[in-house]
Amino acid sequence: MSPSFEKSGNELYEPLSLQRSFFTQSLTVVAFLLSAIALLPLLSLLSEIITQGIGQLRWEVLVSLPAPLGMKDVSNGFANAILGTLLMVFLACLFAVPLGIIAGICLAELGKNSIAANILRFSTVILSSVPSIIVGVFAYGILVLTTRKFSALAGGFALGVIMLPIIALTTEEALKLIPKEYRLASSALGASRFYTIFRTVLPAALPAVVTGILLAIARAAGETAPLLFTALSSQFWPPMLEKLGKLLQASESEAFFKTLQQLPATLVTPTPSMSVLIYSYAQSAFKEQNALAWTAALVLIGLVLITNILSRLVTNVHLKNR
Amino acid sequence: MSNITTSELNIGNRRGEQNWIENALTICVWGLAFAATTGILLWMSAIVFKDALPAIKAFGLSFLWSQTWNIGREEFGALPFIYGTLVTSLCALVLALAFGIAVAIVTSENFLPVWVRYPLAFLVELIASIPSVIVGLWGIFVLVPTIQPIQQGLYAHFKWLPPFSTEPLGFGLLAAIIILAVMILPTIAAISRDVLLALPQEMRSASMSLGATRWETIWRILLPAGCSGIVGAAILALGRALGETMAVTMVIGNSIQISPSLLAPGYTIPSVLATQFPEALEPLHVGSLMYLASILFAITLGMNLIAVSLVQAIARRASR
Repeated sequence: MSPSFEKSGNELYEPLSLQRSFFTQSLTVVAFLLSAIALLPLLSLLSEIITQGIGQLRWEVLVSLPAPLGMKDVSNGFANAILGTLLMVFLACLFAVPLGIIAGICLAELGKNSIAANILRFSTVILSSVPSIIVGVFAYGILVLTTRKFSALAGGFALGVIMLPIIALTTEEALKLIPKEYRLASSALGASRFYTIFRTVLPAALPAVVTGILLAIARAAGETAPLLFTALSSQFWPPMLEKLGKLLQASESEAFFKTLQQLPATLVTPTPSMSVLIYSYAQSAFKEQNALAWTAALVLIGLVLITNILSRLVTNVHLKNR
Repeated sequence: MSNITTSELNIGNRRGEQNWIENALTICVWGLAFAATTGILLWMSAIVFKDALPAIKAFGLSFLWSQTWNIGREEFGALPFIYGTLVTSLCALVLALAFGIAVAIVTSENFLPVWVRYPLAFLVELIASIPSVIVGLWGIFVLVPTIQPIQQGLYAHFKWLPPFSTEPLGFGLLAAIIILAVMILPTIAAISRDVLLALPQEMRSASMSLGATRWETIWRILLPAGCSGIVGAAILALGRALGETMAVTMVIGNSIQISPSLLAPGYTIPSVLATQFPEALEPLHVGSLMYLASILFAITLGMNLIAVSLVQAIARRASR
């Protein structure tokens, strides 16, 4: 046997060279170390929100208005902000859900890889990555500057623009998962194109579409930047809801119609929201407001995380059953 | 997976009247979809540019390198904000890339059993769904007090280095960088993980069978192969960081100055928009803020265009 063969033959039984095993071992340690450090902020965030927020979390906090500063024996809370957030998310949904689903249908059903669909998809993806503060500036430019008023309408519009691309893209994904047999069966029975889409394909994809809407709602509920200078904030009940309450109480028809007429105007007034409340209370110099900021964060994150996890679970179950 | 869409089935062509309704409906649906996405995107650019016009006319391009920002005297310049935005975003990107790729490798390769890997990836992605204002709240009350002694130590021992040359206040560029890194980490980790998972298993087998160790495979084969995807993730994350508002506003200290020190307070374009828009009254002030917004819009739009086309190109290549 030649010496070179013998040499390489022995090499097979040698352990990995020191240099190579050091490289492999040390990189494993580095990767795990970095991942562990990356998890630290998340764990710290969740634990702080729970420990700091839970102390103040009482029923009265959820159902009462913010108390004036320095008053001791008045119940203090942020019910108006919870309702304001819900109101604006609702306004956003009115606008974003139908348009988002329509855009999703165009992307998935009407022109899958046509030029028009590609332009649409591209602008939807770009729209979804526009910073939310720019969306706020946009709503400020078209609604606040023209009406000269900070309003729930402007806030809701901004949130709607943020929700729209999320809904469109998740609807597209949802529709793509529906098997072609559904469409074939429907058209074989004589259904037209839109009948097939709206009565067969869309209902079959509904759980996944709802998931997308939930994700978008969770995202919009936590947005702050576009609300800072569109909806601003206030210490009172959102006027819309106050008027709605009066509408329910109104016994005479005259009073009823009078309140009904005032309803649209109530949307054009400053409206509180959870996220803006957290922002202003976090920077407040008063300890009790700081504490309330943590409680509000707990409530908000509860809402957002539960929606998020639920929607992911729904999608997973939905996919597994297929 | 379906390969046939309803449009390809060519249904609904039997009766003339129904065809007419079909066509009208199709046009309506396309029109609404385009108005809602492309239309809003164009409208947004037009509004932001139009409202910025007074300031563009008044200051021209010198706005970009002017350093004064005096609301009373109506003199406005963007340089401190541009500086703050770029420094915080780029430093955060470097920090997040190191951690993000580590997380992506740990959660995509077979170091850990699947039942640990998947929840881990899920947990990291959870950060992305936490509202920015809550991350900011955590920043004010947990992060800043935690890094305050570290900053003091850096100042005490490395005063002679420009990045550590000012007395730390706690709130400042460094706090903003860390918080941004935390917030963009999920983007980088999630996309890099997808990129690594999409690489064919044969690549790993081939490398291993030639005698490479696991890390030699990752380092020399997988990371170079996934490089373009990871670059796309990094650009996308940079776009996020440039536009991130609330968390940065809450910890950066909001002071209009340009300092080489990372311990000094600063200001970014999104945070000046967030803090000054509610009180902006003078048309020139509003115009200058809009000018800032259009600069930010242009930068992030450019970043996202590059990133999205890169990621889409990779997806197309992978699906082929």
